[in-house]
Amino acid sequence: MSSQRHLLGIRGLSRAEVVSILDQAEVFFEVSRRPVRKVPTLRGKGVINLFFEASTRTRTSFELAGKRLSADVVNISTSTSSVTKGETLLDTVKTLEAMQPDVIVIRHSSSGAPHYVSERVGCSIVNAGDGAHEHPTQALLDAFTIRRAKGTLDKLVVTICGDVLHSRVARSNALLLSLFGCEVRFVGPRTLLPRDVGGYDVKVFDRLEPALEGADVVMVLRIQRERLDGALLPSLREYSKTFGIGPRTLAYAKKDAIVMHPGPMNRGVEIDPSVADGERSSVLDQVEAGVAVRMAVLYQLAGEGGDAHGAAAS
Amino acid sequence: MSEERVLFEHEAIGRTLRRLALEIVDATRGTERLALVGIRRGGVPLAGRLAALIAETEGKSVPVGTLEIALYRDDAATAPPDPKIGPSHIDFPVSGRDVVLVDDVLQTGRTVRAAIDGLLDYGRPRRIWLAVLFDRGGRELPVAADFVGRAVELAPGEKLLVELEGESDRAIVRSKS
Repeated sequence: MSSQRHLLGIRGLSRAEVVSILDQAEVFFEVSRRPVRKVPTLRGKGVINLFFEASTRTRTSFELAGKRLSADVVNISTSTSSVTKGETLLDTVKTLEAMQPDVIVIRHSSSGAPHYVSERVGCSIVNAGDGAHEHPTQALLDAFTIRRAKGTLDKLVVTICGDVLHSRVARSNALLLSLFGCEVRFVGPRTLLPRDVGGYDVKVFDRLEPALEGADVVMVLRIQRERLDGALLPSLREYSKTFGIGPRTLAYAKKDAIVMHPGPMNRGVEIDPSVADGERSSVLDQVEAGVAVRMAVLYQLAGEGGDAHGAAAS
Repeated sequence: MSEERVLFEHEAIGRTLRRLALEIVDATRGTERLALVGIRRGGVPLAGRLAALIAETEGKSVPVGTLEIALYRDDAATAPPDPKIGPSHIDFPVSGRDVVLVDDVLQTGRTVRAAIDGLLDYGRPRRIWLAVLFDRGGRELPVAADFVGRAVELAPGEKLLVELEGESDRAIVRSKS
């Protein structure tokens, strides 16, 4: 392990560390609502967004977060096809590292890619989503959104609905919420639920209604159309009928339950438009929280990066 | 081991605050354009107290805000991140106002420089003033306060702690012995 600090996953973070990031995100949330949405804090620092997977909202969010902190931000998108694995990824990162960034934000389709890279470079690495493994900033922004809506994160009932098996969002959220004593429930078609939920403190349901009973938060996951090809789902229409969140099914949750979705949404499939646009929807709050949470993460990592670079050079 | 001595007690600080409040209203010619902004964290209770005193004597309340300056520090990019930062809160337009920045202790002037930068991101005040409860000297930037509660002389190693939030106000000098 290098002395460099990274954000590779929620696993390994303590409750106090999560709270510290969320508290600092409140500061940056206020910055984003000012007439001048920029602070000079990371002037002269460099952030590289290295995305091997398509992404609009996460990349834009990290880009704005860096820019609002006055860091120099460079975006690199590489299609998965041009990258094989192992050495090529490391070569790319080593090349970028030679340009002296303080933080590299990585999204990659292979689980563990940011972790692999972090052990071989001298700058901070942020995981912006790796395969079906983790997406820590998504879980942090979800926690920030929930804490703002509910006033607390402690002991809530959170139902995560959909393709849990392939979801790094579900995984990171389950890890984070369990730090706060939440009851996390997974619900979806059996083919899309993890067979082994050992290591998580979650309850698994294969019917929507009991899973929603008494929920404070309903997190809806995106159904990826490629799952149809793998025969994990019979049809989108059937999925929508059985597991779609609409006004009828939402009635099983608490009256003040909020509905979240990490995006992009398939309207009419996993979520009914009336719910997506309804007053209980937190979807756009999540997007706004994303910039604030990522500012807090960059603030914590890039500030330390300056010292480590100095130490390495001497 | 550190030693503590009380520099000012409740009554003395109360008199100083009343005088500061009067001086501020006098200089800004009333409360019409006046606003107070406390610099986190020591200036926040002080700004609240001054605003209450002004409301008492003038019969009008003035807007009060708080400003976090950690993000504007001149060593922000190289210092370790500050775990104690909190949100700024300025919910009134500062443009065209006489904004008084309020802090408990003025020493190097670096905090004030950062606060001026931070305040300007909220708009363009007519004038920015500076009020401090204690000026202990030791400037490292060309900064002067418009309103000074007390000038105090302390040795470089001594720390001045101001307590305005508890039961009774105190200013304490802590020195290593």
